[in-house]
Amino acid sequence: MPVETIIGAWVATGLTLFIFSFLYKDNPLFKLAENLYVGVSVGYTIVKTYDTVIVHLIWKPIVENGEWALLIPVAIGTLMLTRYVPKAAWLSRYAFAFIVGVGSGLAIPRVISSYILKQIEDTVRPLMVMVPGEGLTFTMNLLNPASSLNTIIILIGVSSVLFYFFFSVEHTGPGKAVARTGILFLMIAFGAAFGYTVMARMSLLIGRLTDLIEFTDPSYGRPSLWLLGLTILTLVVMGRRRPQGEPPEPH
Amino acid sequence: MIFLRRQVPLLITLITGLVFAAQYYVPHPASEQMLTSVTKWLQIIGGFALVLGVSSLFHVHAMKIRRKEAGWGYSFVLYVSMLGTIAVGLWSNGKEAIDGTMTAFGWIYNFMMVPLQGTMFAILAFFIASAAYRSFRARSREAAVLLIAAVIVMMGRVPLGEYLIPLSGDLSQWILNVLNASVRRAILIGVSLGTVALSIKIIFGMERSYLGGGKE
Repeated sequence: MPVETIIGAWVATGLTLFIFSFLYKDNPLFKLAENLYVGVSVGYTIVKTYDTVIVHLIWKPIVENGEWALLIPVAIGTLMLTRYVPKAAWLSRYAFAFIVGVGSGLAIPRVISSYILKQIEDTVRPLMVMVPGEGLTFTMNLLNPASSLNTIIILIGVSSVLFYFFFSVEHTGPGKAVARTGILFLMIAFGAAFGYTVMARMSLLIGRLTDLIEFTDPSYGRPSLWLLGLTILTLVVMGRRRPQGEPPEPH
Repeated sequence: MIFLRRQVPLLITLITGLVFAAQYYVPHPASEQMLTSVTKWLQIIGGFALVLGVSSLFHVHAMKIRRKEAGWGYSFVLYVSMLGTIAVGLWSNGKEAIDGTMTAFGWIYNFMMVPLQGTMFAILAFFIASAAYRSFRARSREAAVLLIAAVIVMMGRVPLGEYLIPLSGDLSQWILNVLNASVRRAILIGVSLGTVALSIKIIFGMERSYLGGGKE
């Protein structure tokens, strides 16, 4: 096995255990791993942005293809950095105005088309569908999201939730019933989102535990076992060393 | 001077906003080319925005180290790891692998960033479970509905759940594809209406908070 993989296994195991040590309590090992994570992530983002923006979007197109027009966004981007010069800070407004203006202009027709009209079109669908050999049919299959029954449920759900968030009308009488239906739909969706998130996190947890189990292999030098012992020992020693000036715990 | 500081930015927003809103309705190659170019331009300008954010992080931690504030050692670790990753990344030309061979930058990604990121999100599973235990007691009808939906979705996504409650798989799919989809659609429509309204206000200068405060 390559040396860099073995060293990598030890580093990955150590960092994983340091983060997991937070489940016991907040401790210096966790803080070390946490700050290392922020540092490495920011460093990685900087390198990737440099490679994508400076090298591939600016340097190569200008030098290799002579796309001199790209100096315009470079100039606009540079205006952003005038924030550091108090007297010229107002120039950064030009850059923000350009970004916000373009973003708003692009958003209006696209949002109306994709997120409003298309969503309404998918919500208000024909209740009867043409089935070959059977003619017009009302389908009751709940497992098919496009069935007639589900079309009615989706229509009720969308309308009631929209009504719940429509505060220009007081939610009394029949309106109260519609708003309460909207709340029920919202609660189901929040529950589903919660359940889905928990299972996604569980999947990550299983992935980390699988790695830890793999790294108990002798070919890696059993880093999981050694570092687990070391982490526990460190936590015990740190737990016994009371900071100076801290009063003893009451019995 | 007020014209340059206040009116010109508003004018830039108005013109760019109207031009790029109109671009959608002009099916001409030149119009498409303009969209492609401006998308690239926005990526480039976004890169400069990163400089603003990162320099702020640099400044905060540099001050902590200089003043030797509590926990300055962790700031030092952050600094060293960040500068180390940048140095290694530039040395590897920003590539994780070259001709199938892992670079030093790829090593940092595979053996430091992936485990740290995965574990950081994985421990959230414990905190979510603990928070759920404390807050998910079915105190009202709505809370009970939320709890039941969550349990069904969780059961429906693992083989053990489907084994214990055979219907949970289908029920989970129905909740996600129909009930959850209808709520997401309603929220999306509401958010989109808000986005359009805000965009119109920005283009016509009624919303100016993006220009920031300071002198006129």
